[in-house]
Amino acid sequence: MNDMTPTREEREARLEGMGCKRKRVEDIRFTQGKGNYVDDVKLPGMLHGDFVRSPHAHARVKAINTEAALKVPGVLAVITAETLKTVNLAWMPTLAGDVQMVLADGKVLFQNQEVAFVVATDRYAADDGINAVEVEYEPLPPLVDPFKAMAPDAPVLREDIKDKSDGAHGPRKHYNHIFEWTVGDKDLTDVAFRKAEVTIKELISYQRVHPSPLETCQCVCSFDKIKGELTIWGTFQAPHVIRTVVALIAKLPEQKIHVISPDIGGGFGNKVGAYPGYICAAVASIVTGKPVKWVEDRMENLTTTSFARDYHMTTEIAATKEGKVTGLRVHVLADHGAFDACADPSKWPAGFFNIVTGSYDFPTAHLAVDGVYTNKAPGGVAYRCSFRVTEAAYCIERGMDILAQKLNMDPAELRLKNFVRPEQFPYHSALGWEYDSGDYHTAMTKAMETVDYAGLRREQAARREAFKRGETREIMGIGVSFFTEIVGAGPSKNCDILGIAMFDSCEIRLHPTGAGIARMGTKSQGQGHETTWAQIIATEIGIPADNIMVEEGNTDTAPYGLGTYGSRSTPVAGAAIAMAARKIKAKAQMIAAYKLEVHEDDLEWDIDGFRVKGLPEKFLGMKDICWLAYNSPPPGMEPGLEAVSYYDPPNMTYPFGAYICVMDIDVDTGVYKVRRFYALDDCGTRINPMIIEGQVHGGLTEAFAIAMGQEIHYDEAGNVLGGSFMDFFLPTAVETPHWETDFTVTPSPHHPIGAKGVGESPNVGGVPAFSNAVNDAFSFLGSVHIQMPHDFWRNWQAAKDLGLIREPAAA
Amino acid sequence: MAKTHVTMTVNGAQVEGLVEPRTLLVHFIRENLQMTGTHIGCDTTHCGACTVDLNGMSVKSCTVFAVQAEGAEITTIEGMANADGTLSALQEGFRMMHGLQCGYCTPGMIVRAHRLLQENPSPTEEDIRAGIAGNLCRCTGYQNIVKAIQYAAAKQNGVEFKEAAE
Repeated sequence: MNDMTPTREEREARLEGMGCKRKRVEDIRFTQGKGNYVDDVKLPGMLHGDFVRSPHAHARVKAINTEAALKVPGVLAVITAETLKTVNLAWMPTLAGDVQMVLADGKVLFQNQEVAFVVATDRYAADDGINAVEVEYEPLPPLVDPFKAMAPDAPVLREDIKDKSDGAHGPRKHYNHIFEWTVGDKDLTDVAFRKAEVTIKELISYQRVHPSPLETCQCVCSFDKIKGELTIWGTFQAPHVIRTVVALIAKLPEQKIHVISPDIGGGFGNKVGAYPGYICAAVASIVTGKPVKWVEDRMENLTTTSFARDYHMTTEIAATKEGKVTGLRVHVLADHGAFDACADPSKWPAGFFNIVTGSYDFPTAHLAVDGVYTNKAPGGVAYRCSFRVTEAAYCIERGMDILAQKLNMDPAELRLKNFVRPEQFPYHSALGWEYDSGDYHTAMTKAMETVDYAGLRREQAARREAFKRGETREIMGIGVSFFTEIVGAGPSKNCDILGIAMFDSCEIRLHPTGAGIARMGTKSQGQGHETTWAQIIATEIGIPADNIMVEEGNTDTAPYGLGTYGSRSTPVAGAAIAMAARKIKAKAQMIAAYKLEVHEDDLEWDIDGFRVKGLPEKFLGMKDICWLAYNSPPPGMEPGLEAVSYYDPPNMTYPFGAYICVMDIDVDTGVYKVRRFYALDDCGTRINPMIIEGQVHGGLTEAFAIAMGQEIHYDEAGNVLGGSFMDFFLPTAVETPHWETDFTVTPSPHHPIGAKGVGESPNVGGVPAFSNAVNDAFSFLGSVHIQMPHDFWRNWQAAKDLGLIREPAAA
Repeated sequence: MAKTHVTMTVNGAQVEGLVEPRTLLVHFIRENLQMTGTHIGCDTTHCGACTVDLNGMSVKSCTVFAVQAEGAEITTIEGMANADGTLSALQEGFRMMHGLQCGYCTPGMIVRAHRLLQENPSPTEEDIRAGIAGNLCRCTGYQNIVKAIQYAAAKQNGVEFKEAAE
C-alpha cells in the first residue's frame, strides 16, 4: 500500500452511508426555485377546472341551471352529476368501503360540497363561470353534533343507504351509523373494573383538524384519444394506488394509465385519498379532448379535501391504590362526516387505534368504536401519524395523567411503574399487537435526568404556593408524554388497501462505471428520500450515495408500491431497498470470487468491496465489480447488475419516545409561554440524523399547532368556521417554541437494517405533552381535564371556570 | 376582458405582457413569464410562498395586481443565485442547515430572508423570527430556517458561523 491509499475512515466517509448527516440532494433544485410541482405543469391547450360549491350543510338540490355559465367567455363545459352518470362516475368508492358523491346527486351533505365543475380556458374564466351557475336548493335540517347522530329523530343524511342494515364493516345500528368496531376481552375487562381499587372515567375529545400542507391538492389530467391513454400528474402520496383506483372505476386498462407524482409540497396525510377534483378533471379531459388542470384554493383544501381526528374518547382506567394499572376501557364516538372516506387499511375502520394501551402493561382492555355520519366534510386521514395512532396516544397519555392526579402520584412515576419492561419484548398487548422492541425505562429516565425533572417539580411546588399566597398570577405546567407508535403498514396478513397488500418495493440497477439508479414504490413529500435511500444503498453495497440516483413517483418506471404515509417508507420500502441491495451484493460476490480465483466463501465484505479472508491485499471494489458485471461475468452468469425486491414486512415497527414540555400560563389573560420542550425519540437504527432531527422539529411544530390552536369548527347550521389561515392556526416562527432533541437506539429485530420510522412520532407524542402541560398547570386548582385546543381564550375560560378571574366591579 | 400592456424588470431582464386588470402579479410571473419558482399556498396573504422582492421591498405577489407592478424592479427566487450560477449564501445556508424539506415555502422564505439581511445584516434570532413571520412553513418548525439565515448572515459578514449550542 502506498500513501495515497485511502484509510478505512476515508473510504467510509466517501460513501456517505447510513448514520451520516448527508446534505440533501433535493435542496439544489428547491433552493433555486427549480422544483417541479403539479401547478408548474403546463401543457399545450391546457384548460382549467373549478368547482361550484354548496353554501348549505344539508339541502336538496332542486335544479342546476348552467345556461348562463356556458355563455361566459372562455367557459367550455359545465359538468354536473347528470353528466357523470353517463360514464357511471357520479359516485366513487372510498378507501373505507363507502361511496361518495363526486358531484351533488340530488342533495348536498356538507358545506362547500362539490356541486358542478366548470371548465374554461384559464382559471379566471373558470371562476367567472362558477359565479354564473344557478343552483336552486331546498335547505334540510343539518346534523352537526355527532352525539345526536343516532337519536331516533335525527335527520336522515345518507338516503342512498338508509335502509341498509350492513355496512362495509358489519351491522349498522341506525341510519346515521357507519360501523361498530370492538377489540379486546369485554368480560375480563369488566371484572378488572369491578375489582379495581381506583378508577377514572373521562370524555377526552380530539378536535377536528386538517393537515394543510402548504401546497394544496391538485392535478393535471390529459387524455390522449388516439392512444386511449390517460396521464395524470397529481399531488399523490400513493401514485400506484391512484392508478389502480382509476383503472377500476374508469374501466380503463391499467397499462394505459400513467400516474406521475412530481415534487410534492408537503402531504401529512392530506394527499393519500382520491378526491372529486381528480375524477372531474379526468372526465373533463375525456369530454373536451384537452388537458385539464384542477388546483384547490386554500379554502377548498381546509373545508373539503379531508380532515383528521374528530374522535370523542370516553376513557376509563382501573388501577390498584399503588398505581398499578389493571384494566383499560375506551369507547370512541368517531365523527366521519358525510361519507366514510377514512384513509385506513381496508380491514381497519378505526385504523390502529387499538394501540391505545400505549407503553403500559395492561393485563386486559376493551375498545369499542362507533363511526357516525354528520353534515361535515368527509375524510379521517392520518395527519402526520399512522392510522388513528395520534388519537390513541392522546387518549392514553391524558388518561394516565388523570389517573396520576387521582392517585396523587407523580405522572412520570406512574408511567415508570407501568411500562412494559425490556425483558417482555416481543410484547403481546391486550388489544392484539406484538410490540417488536423497546426500552422504555432507559428512555424515560434519560429524559427526566436531562431536564432535571425533580428540580422542575420542586420549582412548580414553590410556585404553586406563591400563587396560592397571591404573589403571582402565573401557573406552571409540566407535560409528560411517553408514546409508543405502531407504524410500517403493513404485513399482508392484515393490511391491504382495496385488496392490494401493503408491501413496498425497490429496484436497483447499477451501471458499468460504478453508478446506478434506484426506484421505489414510495413518494417523498419533503422527507428527503432522494438523499436517505441512497445512503442505505451506499452502506449495503459500497457505492457512494452521490453515485446513486433515486427516482420515485412515476408509475411507468417505479415498481408497484403503496406509497408514503403512516411512517411506512423506512419500515417497508427501506427494508425493500436493503433486500434488493443484498441481492446485488450476492451476485457481486460471485463475480469477485471468479475474478480473484477463490471460492465465494473465502471472501469477506469490507466497506466498499470484497477481500480474500487472510489476504488483505487481494481486494476487489464494487466499482470494478460493476464493470466486470457488464464486461466479463463468470461463465454461465447473466451479465448486468440489478435487482428488485417486494418486501412484505413480518410485523409493524414500534417507535417510542419520551417528551417533556414546560409551560407558564398567565391566568388573567390565558397567554402561555412554552419555556422548554425536550423530545427523546427512539426510532431504531438512524439513517440520517440531520433529517431525523428535521422531521422531529416539523412534527413537534404540527403538534404544537394542534394542541394549542387548530380546530375545524362548525356552527349549529353546519357552517365551517376554520376555512382559511385567518381562522385555522398555523404557527409562524414567532410563536413556535425552541425544540431540544435527543435519542436512544433500540433497533427493530425484524427489520433488515433495524430502522423503525420517525416522521410522525413527534406529532403523536407532542400533542399529549402540550395538553398535559396545560392540564398539569391547572390541576392543583381542582381541574381534571380541559379539552384541546388550548388557545389563549380557552385557557382564560378554564381559569374563569375555576373561579380565578375576578369580575370587574360594577360601575 | 380587455387587456392592458405591462412592462417591468424581472431578475434584471426587461419583460412585458398583456394582462387583464385583475391578473395577480403571481399569475403573471408564473404563467406569462413561466417562472414557476414563486409558489401559491393560500388565498389570504398569510403564507408568503409567493413572496417576491419589488422595488426593494418584500411583497406577497398574490396581493398585487400585475398592472400595479408597471415599471417595477422585481427579483424572484430565480434571480437569487450568484452571478456565476453558484448558490448564494442564503441558498447554501438553507442546504447546509437543513432549512427546508418539501421545498414549497423555500423560494418565498429565501426571497424574504434576502431582503431581511439587506435591512438588518446582523439579525438576532428574535429579529429573524419576527422578520420571517409573514412566511409559513409546515415542515421544518423554523428552527433550522433561523440557523440557515444566521449562516448566510455570517458568511456575508465574513465571520465564522457558529451554531448555537442546543
